[in-house]
Amino acid sequence: MRRPLVRFEGVSKRFGGVTAVDRLTLDIAPNEFFALLGPSGCGKTTLLRMLAGFETPDEGRILLDGEDIAATPPHQRPVNMMFQSYALFPHLSVESNIAFGLRQEKQSKDEIATRVAAMLVLLHLEGLGRRKPDQLSGGQRQRVALARSLVKRPRVLLLDEPLAALDKKLRGQTQFELAELQRKLGTSFVIVTHDQDEAMIMASRIGVMNHGKLIQIGAPADVYERPESRWVAGFIGDVNLIEGGLEKSRKIIDTAHGQFRIDNAAGAMAGERVWLALRPERLSLATKRPSARNNSIVGTVHDVAFLGDTSIYHVRLASGSRLIVSASNGGQAARFSAGDKVWASWTPDAAVVLRR
Amino acid sequence: MKRGLSTFNVVAVALGLAFLYLPITILMLYSFNASHLVTVWGGWSLQWYGELLHDQALLEAAWVSLRIGLISATAATILGTLGALALRNKRFRGRLLFSGMVYAPLVMPEVITGLSLLLLFVAVGIDRGFWTIALAHTTLTMCFVTVIVQSRLLTVDRSLEEAAVDLGCPPWKTLLTVTLPLIAPAIVAGWMLAFSLSLDDLVIASFTTGPGATTLPLRIYSEARLGVKPEINAICTIVVAVVALATVAASLAAKRTSLEDEHERDALAAQV
Repeated sequence: MRRPLVRFEGVSKRFGGVTAVDRLTLDIAPNEFFALLGPSGCGKTTLLRMLAGFETPDEGRILLDGEDIAATPPHQRPVNMMFQSYALFPHLSVESNIAFGLRQEKQSKDEIATRVAAMLVLLHLEGLGRRKPDQLSGGQRQRVALARSLVKRPRVLLLDEPLAALDKKLRGQTQFELAELQRKLGTSFVIVTHDQDEAMIMASRIGVMNHGKLIQIGAPADVYERPESRWVAGFIGDVNLIEGGLEKSRKIIDTAHGQFRIDNAAGAMAGERVWLALRPERLSLATKRPSARNNSIVGTVHDVAFLGDTSIYHVRLASGSRLIVSASNGGQAARFSAGDKVWASWTPDAAVVLRR
Repeated sequence: MKRGLSTFNVVAVALGLAFLYLPITILMLYSFNASHLVTVWGGWSLQWYGELLHDQALLEAAWVSLRIGLISATAATILGTLGALALRNKRFRGRLLFSGMVYAPLVMPEVITGLSLLLLFVAVGIDRGFWTIALAHTTLTMCFVTVIVQSRLLTVDRSLEEAAVDLGCPPWKTLLTVTLPLIAPAIVAGWMLAFSLSLDDLVIASFTTGPGATTLPLRIYSEARLGVKPEINAICTIVVAVVALATVAASLAAKRTSLEDEHERDALAAQV
């Protein structure tokens, strides 16, 4: 990694008796789209607010460009934030809202007009400059908030649940637009979200948080394909977990459903209790027993959810537990219905071994 | 459902309105009475309004009340607004105690407030008069302003102020450019309430007044004790008229701004 743009060094923050952020260390690189992902109350927003300067850490340091910013008040930090509520000034027009930050910098009138106009074009807000925020749609307000926080060309743009207030369709569209905007501008974006799809679509790196700690950091595909714990595996997407013990050879796991071959024991010792994590789309269903090279479990289809492009099958195993299998509906893919006896199979490299 | 109003409804509304407005209507009607006797109708006349212009004492009292109202309402609005802002700060220790203390004067009997202020002024040795009334009225009305502004502040999204600071606006300037415009309606309402409370206060003024400082309510009260003169009716009618005009003007202004907004919105909608 290049020299980090932002560095959190053992940062803690407590509110009364509650520890919101717990000795957290994190580096954010220049030009990065970083997502802080976690359930509500995990401390991700507090972390963002500490970087903006609205909260002061109880312990640790926050460095921006290698310099401790503890002594810099929020209005002097080269960091801008887009608020979840957008926080547009209701008494100011769209133009004045966007120009607000530049006016604080005492920029010349021409400079302000040029940059505001450029922002209006960049965010497709042409012709709306004279409106008041209450005369805009939700999507337009969201873009004005984005324009207002970008016009000062911050070193880091902080986004606190920026899409939470949009409806589902608009959100999907905006996710791609935001990611494209970030590539175009090259500014570092740090986004806080509880929506794993949102983080996966937009971010170049994801930090998964829980109880004030960073649990795993990595590219979206890494975090999804190689979760480090059952909690991460379950938080990001659906997962089937099968508990078992590692055999002496460290190539086979002994479970209540039989023995399964694995590729990589992830450093687990022989005899250790581990979990096999299987993504629903890594499993395939068949009516006949598949070749012995693959692992397989037999069960009955309990429930089918048709989602158009895919179907989600709930397969009940002999032990009573269930397996979630997702199958593509394209081409001549076989379809199954409730009550069918099926074999769910997977290749040894499709499963991840988890130790915690 | 039955259309129109039932007899019961009409009677109830009429009784309610009569209860509220009949006394004041009678007072206003009799201000145009040609007779010297307040209770006997002697035909229409404007003579009491003419007399009013020559009643130096009453005019002076009105002027004193006006000045006290302006001074105390302005001081109370400034202090009350600052109080409301302070009460919002979560880091302010003793916030609960302080906000309890703000509400206390609202329910305190005026006689007690007036008496305690009188005792204070005597103890400190301040000569009672114009300024002691103004001070007492500031004390009385400040809490009302705080309560009004506080309730408006509750509706202001904290992140608006954070956004201003985030965009490089220092905290004191954020207060002036973001917070105050947002709570301006409450500040204006608070001022108007403080002004009208000061204008019609009799109890506290009677405790804290001194030689040479007679407010309008004090003057009216003392003259009424000697028997109600038709002039009193005339000045009361003027006060009612002023208040009514101000209320109508304020509501018209409010209506006009909202209409302008609507026109603007329509024009914009047509453009797009």
